[in-house]
Amino acid sequence: MTSLPKTAPKKKLGLVIDLDICVGCHACATICKEWNTGAKSAPLTDINPHGAGQDGVWFNRIHTFETQSNEGLSRTVHFPRSCLHCDDAPCVTVCPTGASYKREEDGIVLVNEDICIGCKLCSWACPYGAREYDETEGVMKKCTLCVDKIYNENLPQMSRAPACVSTCPTGARSFGDLKDPSSDVSKLVAAREGYALMPEQGTNPVNRYLLPRPKKDRTAVDQSPRQLTHEDTSTDGAALLARWVDKILS
Amino acid sequence: MHPAKSVIYFTIATGAGYGLFFWLALLAFHGLLPANKIFAFTALAISFGLIITGLLSSTLHLGHPKRAWRAFSQWRSSWLSREGVMAILTFIPMSLFAIAWVLMGKDTGVIRIIGLIGAVMALITVFTTSMIYASIKAIPAWHNIWTKLSYLVLSLMSGSILAMAIVAAFGYPQAYHLMHPTAVFIVLGLIVKILYWMHILTSKLVSTAESATGLGKFGEVSLAASPHSEDNYLLKEMGYQIARKHATKIRVIVAVLAFLVPLVLIFVCMHSLGGTGRTFGLIATALICMIGLVFERWLFFAEAKHAVMLFYGEQKV
Amino acid sequence: MGKSFGRNPFATVKEEVEYSPQVGETVKFSTCYMCACRCGIKVHLKKGKVRYIEGNPDHPVNKGVLCAKGSSGIMHLNAPGKLTKPLLRTGERGSGEFKEIEWDEAMDLATKWLGDTRAKDPGKLAFFTGRDQSQSLTGWWASNYGTHNFAAHGGFCSVNMAAGGLYTIGGAFWEFGDPDFDRTKYYMMFGVADDHDSNPIKIGLGKMKTRGDCKFVQVNPSRNGYGAIADEWVGIRPGTDGLFVFALIYELLRSEKVDFPSLARYSNAPWLVIDNPGKKDDGLFLRDKKGNPLVWDLKKKKAVNAYSRTITPAFAGTRKVGTKKTRPSFELLAQRYMADEYSPDNVADKCGVPAADIRRIAAELAHAAFEEEVVINEPWVDTWGRKHDKMIGRPVAIHAMRGISAHSNGFHTCRAIHILQVLLGSIDTPGGWRYKPPFPKPIPPAPKPTPPHYKPNTVLGGGPAGFPTSPEHLIVDDAGEPLRIDKAFSWEHPLSLHGMMHMVLRNAAKHDPYDIDVLFMFMANMAWNSSMNIGETLDFFTAKNEDGSYKIPKIIYSDAFYSETVPYCDLILPDTTYLERYDCLSVLDRPFSSAHGMADGIRHPVVELDRDVRAFQTVLIELGVRLGLPGMVNKDGSAKFPGGYPDYLVNHERMPGIGPLAGWRGKEGTKKGVGEPNPNQLDKYIENGCFWIDEMPMNIQFFKHANQKYLEYSKKMGWIDEASPVVFQLYNEDLQKFRLAAKGHGKKQPPEQHRARIEKYFDPLPMWYLPFEERDVDVNEFPIHALSQRPMHMYHSWGSQNTWLRQITGSNKLHIHKDMAESLGIDDDDWVWIKSRHGQVKGQVKCITGVNKNTVWTWNAIGKRKGAWGLKHDSPEFNKGFLLNHIISDVLMPDQSGHEYSNSDPVTGQAAWYDLRVKIEKCMPEEFGITSPIYDAPKGPISDKNISEYGKGLQGTPTKGRVEPAEWIGQRHFNSTLIPGIKDGHGNKIKGDK
Ligand SMILES: Nc1nc2c(c(=O)[nH]1)N[C@H]1C(S)=C(S)[C@@H](COP(=O)(O)OP(=O)(O)OC[C@H]3O[C@@H](n4cnc5c(=O)[nH]c(N)nc54)[C@H](O)[C@@H]3O)O[C@H]1N2
Ligand SMILES: Nc1nc2c(c(=O)[nH]1)N[C@H]1C(S)=C(S)[C@@H](COP(=O)(O)OP(=O)(O)OC[C@H]3O[C@@H](n4cnc5c(=O)[nH]c(N)nc54)[C@H](O)[C@@H]3O)O[C@H]1N2
Ligand code: SF4
Ligand code: SF4
Ligand code: SF4
Ligand code: SF4
Ligand code: SF4
Ligand SMILES: [Mo]
Repeated sequence: MTSLPKTAPKKKLGLVIDLDICVGCHACATICKEWNTGAKSAPLTDINPHGAGQDGVWFNRIHTFETQSNEGLSRTVHFPRSCLHCDDAPCVTVCPTGASYKREEDGIVLVNEDICIGCKLCSWACPYGAREYDETEGVMKKCTLCVDKIYNENLPQMSRAPACVSTCPTGARSFGDLKDPSSDVSKLVAAREGYALMPEQGTNPVNRYLLPRPKKDRTAVDQSPRQLTHEDTSTDGAALLARWVDKILS
Repeated sequence: MHPAKSVIYFTIATGAGYGLFFWLALLAFHGLLPANKIFAFTALAISFGLIITGLLSSTLHLGHPKRAWRAFSQWRSSWLSREGVMAILTFIPMSLFAIAWVLMGKDTGVIRIIGLIGAVMALITVFTTSMIYASIKAIPAWHNIWTKLSYLVLSLMSGSILAMAIVAAFGYPQAYHLMHPTAVFIVLGLIVKILYWMHILTSKLVSTAESATGLGKFGEVSLAASPHSEDNYLLKEMGYQIARKHATKIRVIVAVLAFLVPLVLIFVCMHSLGGTGRTFGLIATALICMIGLVFERWLFFAEAKHAVMLFYGEQKV
Repeated sequence: MGKSFGRNPFATVKEEVEYSPQVGETVKFSTCYMCACRCGIKVHLKKGKVRYIEGNPDHPVNKGVLCAKGSSGIMHLNAPGKLTKPLLRTGERGSGEFKEIEWDEAMDLATKWLGDTRAKDPGKLAFFTGRDQSQSLTGWWASNYGTHNFAAHGGFCSVNMAAGGLYTIGGAFWEFGDPDFDRTKYYMMFGVADDHDSNPIKIGLGKMKTRGDCKFVQVNPSRNGYGAIADEWVGIRPGTDGLFVFALIYELLRSEKVDFPSLARYSNAPWLVIDNPGKKDDGLFLRDKKGNPLVWDLKKKKAVNAYSRTITPAFAGTRKVGTKKTRPSFELLAQRYMADEYSPDNVADKCGVPAADIRRIAAELAHAAFEEEVVINEPWVDTWGRKHDKMIGRPVAIHAMRGISAHSNGFHTCRAIHILQVLLGSIDTPGGWRYKPPFPKPIPPAPKPTPPHYKPNTVLGGGPAGFPTSPEHLIVDDAGEPLRIDKAFSWEHPLSLHGMMHMVLRNAAKHDPYDIDVLFMFMANMAWNSSMNIGETLDFFTAKNEDGSYKIPKIIYSDAFYSETVPYCDLILPDTTYLERYDCLSVLDRPFSSAHGMADGIRHPVVELDRDVRAFQTVLIELGVRLGLPGMVNKDGSAKFPGGYPDYLVNHERMPGIGPLAGWRGKEGTKKGVGEPNPNQLDKYIENGCFWIDEMPMNIQFFKHANQKYLEYSKKMGWIDEASPVVFQLYNEDLQKFRLAAKGHGKKQPPEQHRARIEKYFDPLPMWYLPFEERDVDVNEFPIHALSQRPMHMYHSWGSQNTWLRQITGSNKLHIHKDMAESLGIDDDDWVWIKSRHGQVKGQVKCITGVNKNTVWTWNAIGKRKGAWGLKHDSPEFNKGFLLNHIISDVLMPDQSGHEYSNSDPVTGQAAWYDLRVKIEKCMPEEFGITSPIYDAPKGPISDKNISEYGKGLQGTPTKGRVEPAEWIGQRHFNSTLIPGIKDGHGNKIKGDK
């Protein structure tokens, strides 16, 4: 249904990304490519795979940002970005064919590649750059939330999660029902004040990001940093040495 | 946004085609059109021609043109779908009018009404086209009233200039009736366009790198590393960059070619030229105006910043 | 996928999603080798092709996760540069003109070349290996062949860490120890970008940060990668970590924040050092008749055996023992590091770290170590039989890697860091840094390097490499001149434990110290990113004698891909890739143990070979058979391991009962560590997911250096000969022995020209000195430090042939601080010349703030040579990507005598990659757009692919099932301890559920 579901989805499956521990390793990006190039949207075509202008279909991409505060404090933040499975997904409402749709049962936003005409309008409508046009196939593709993995009864439980989530080495990615306040992901989001990207765009994303936590760095807060008190302030520490000569220290 | 030729042609051609039909139907309604089959054929052929080639070019650049028919299904929610549906529907009154006029050489009674209905639907179709762009919130430069207005006004403007040229080509005096409306729409067009440009240059920011990443509380956000060292689909499709200086240059060109020159020329042609001179003068005017519109439309895409670029180093949109 | 084709244009088509495609027909377990971390993988196969590779949740290394490289294994297997047949050079070296030959011919040739050499003098073969993990095989093969000229790549990798650790604490950073991520309260990381423990470090950092009660300090000129998530970034100036650490020690000593009891028990701090200036025993330990070191017992008021059970040692004071004037080594240490020159104020400017920060960090270290003890209530017994009712931890953990080791002062800096750990009493304690079995080992381990014998067809009679503890162990002639082609274990670099592969081509081409007949290399890209000074190195490959013959007569090389090195070799033995062969991750080599237990593992072929290549290990063993090398043939000359490498893995015994694999030994597979070969051993491994781990009980998991039960276990497993304690060597007597030789004592003394250098750098206590480049070049002309870093998603030179990975980084930029950029008038994407005293290279700039203001860095090994790797010639890797290797010199500026030392650490011979000093100049506009230098392309394979649609046709067959997804919480366990309501467990498994 390319008009958004009339009744709000029963579930809101989505991702939670913890920027406090993401090290920007790109694992979630390449494993996404690996799973999905043989999955629902197969293939995730690559053009010029061995030459100039190498490019391809990726559902998940890792950016690195730097921030600079007025006090001159700067930090580096790694920032993975994939489809946020928005509640009010403009990519869905602009679609003329119904190929782009949001599922009522779990809120996942998918593309039906069998009827997509490749007009690219949905990729214009998505503020987050989460839609990927496959030049050779002439259709739009996007993060499927690994719909053919998370429900897959042929996989053991540990594999029954989005590829990017189960592979993240630092554990920066979580997955679950963000509608149900009693779910563990919802609790995680509540506790860490998870936020949505570009709320002003009115897309109501399901995915949440967790801000880096305050640095345990006293210089920023405490102008008179702690320091050890010296038992000996001579230039060569001779007094201490003398003291140790007969001292039982063990 | 990447200024694709197909889309530039699509919007200009259909705009002019529908505009042209609007004026023909209006003249017909007031019984001002000679029931001359050749004239009717030429005029409508140009109008239909522009519309059809325009729609075709937009269809052919699709990934799956053969599936284009599926685009009618989502008229409830999608402006692109609505545009498709309207385009088809509008062909009904337009065609009836054309058949009656060209084949039966009739432009009386009910046919005039049908023509008028076609004219109105033509404008609605142009409006739906404008909404394809105006409805996209992620591109603030499009998501505003001026987008819609300029599409409508420029359609009527280009349409009437064309109408004048054709009518004059057949040596009909009715061209005079079109002179003032044309002038009015050229002026309107210029005003609307200027207001559009002022709007996009002054309107308050919608999104910023800070809101896109949510990292604003740490200070100013800048891109330290892009996900890929080479350009990807997003950058190719939406990362089109154009320098402010360059844009201003093009604005001047648009103002001159699309508006000022045509404005002067039509008066010159109508008053101080006669016969073939006038005909060619007006045809030239129409062409110059169209060229101006190509610049206008190119800029409309090229200078529109997409929110996704906030993840690729853009500071604000 | 539901295909429903409504024909009504106004109907909305509903897609029927297939929830349970059958992913692959079969799933096979193996071990990843997209890098040296060796994670467990599950390979899903469909139609004989790899459909999906995921992490093995049960594997001790990665616990189910994969990194970006591991997840791109499919594209490694489908790389365009794969070799397909043995190659014999037909054109000039470097031209890339080869003819394909059959394996028989290739093996005959190799056998002839190697055989002739062996019949003359086995030492004329130089056998050097790179990124491999079969050094126990290649080293064993070399000694059976009889050449002393063998080494792996460690000399240009990280031998400083190995030597610094093994000569101080009997273990090492690198991948031979683990921070206790579950318990540590204060974690310092020195100079690490990704490292060998690629996934374990990431998993650990995730845990540690989520736990929330630990501070993570990243000491690194650059803030990217791990630095981004550190609580504090110390943007130190390259090469000055030693000073920084000394200042921390200065603070700790002066405030007595030192774990004296632990020093008394576990270190040589109280050992008495002879004070006898000018004499041959000066600076050596005072020992009793049995050779036991002595300490001064404050209660008994006399010198006693340092190893005796109850001692109350003095830590300072000059005392006469017998005829000797002595002082506890700790006094020497304290005296040095309490000196004013190491006060925070005096090092601050040199390090670029504010004194206040140094003081605060010292205070934080002391607080974590002494106020935040972690206690595990687990009784244990130390080697003196003392019972401890619990394990008390000093939860300060440190990890350091090439940011320390790739400098010419890296050995001493690495030792300094270990000494900091020892002073804090945190080594192998809960919350500290922990040994991975088979470590700790005696300091240093026993084996010694074996000298050449010049006897035809004769085995070497020992291992080529070892651990010298005095000048007698050097591989030099009577004049003190080097006897190894790489000059390892010579007076120029006495402790070059891993050899000096980076000097082989220069020395062999210059016939210095002599000429060799055959150079045999395996898995090392020596013609490109693995050598300093690429330009000259290529000349060494092609250097000729007057008669037109090559100075290096024959070069045999085994690679799996058409790398930059292939065209420079004469005979190419094409290898398989990691999914197509057996490999062994052995305790004799580099096991992937964790601190909880000894582990090893294998790879086995999971996909069919589709081309005429052979697994190198099997080829090597067959060569051994053809050459009749002892150990590889039976009495009758028949092959001992007819089954090739897998046969060797199961049946080879290094010592009775000890083979490459420690698991499932013994006829019934019931024995571990030691036991006769088990014919079904490999099946056992495969059944178990290709790994074996021997989880250790908690009471032997800590204090391993002095944990009686652990040491007995270690002995039982055959890792150590004696279950005696490993006493930390703060003051290193072995180094002093070399220094004494330099001062004119002993039989073996350094030649005149090396005396001063040996005397200076063989300081028994860690010292700091200017990195050699900084010492030698005009720092006003070259004011900037230039570094390279590992991208987490690329592995050296292999990543660029990977269709997916090269989309992430197809070209590299020079990262420079925004302020530096401004002062130089440089902007993002501008092209600049990076100039060193040795040469210049052109690259594109990215301006950032997360880097030391005197430092620039770029990604390692992204720039490639046109013609290599099967890439098209227009690839950005060739035209935009660049290497710093072009401008790093492999030798230092000549000294007064005109001698050129290797650009390496004077003690260990570790290549000093990161000593590089440069200046940056903006290019002329017309110079923009393309890198330099660009060498002309050899005739290599060139891919003709324009589109890759891998996965088309590999979609799983629908089975129509559907199970409700379970939510997955990253770091579920630690989140559950912090956030009320979150259930404990792992990922989507809840603790307690079946
Ligand atoms: N992804 C990936 N992983 C790899 C490899 C790979 O190619 N790719 N290679 C493997 C190999 S062979 C090795 S040897 C290891 C190396 O593992 P690492 O040591 O992590 O690798 P490097 O890239 O050398 O990282 C050196 C780091 O030290 C910093 N540094 C440089 N100089 C100084 C200094 O003076 N002081 C301090 N404190 N820091 C400094 C640099 O900024 C850089 O971050 O990685 C292994 N793991
Ligand atoms: N500027 C700069 N240069 C550096 C470093 C740095 O930090 N900065 N780091 C240095 C360090 S620490 C190291 S360890 C070296 C690493 O450098 P190398 O040890 O040379 O590693 P690679 O560059 O990956 O080259 C390994 C070769 O093995 C081949 N190969 C890959 N897989 C296989 C296989 O399965 N079988 C066979 N037979 N061959 C295979 C590859 O094609 C490649 O040609 O680089 C060094 N070079
Ligand atoms: S895998 Fe995890 S740590 Fe790596 S980039 Fe993705 S989210 Fe970050
Ligand atoms: S992120 Fe973009 S593609 Fe995904 S649902 Fe939202 S708007 Fe659509
Ligand atoms: S590209 Fe496909 S999915 Fe996107 S709007 Fe067009 S038809 Fe819909
Ligand atoms: S959920 Fe699946 S499809 Fe979406 S980004 Fe993660 S791996 Fe890719
Ligand atoms: S760290 Fe990555 S590449 Fe290395 S072995 Fe593990 S998964 Fe493979
Ligand atoms: Mo290395």
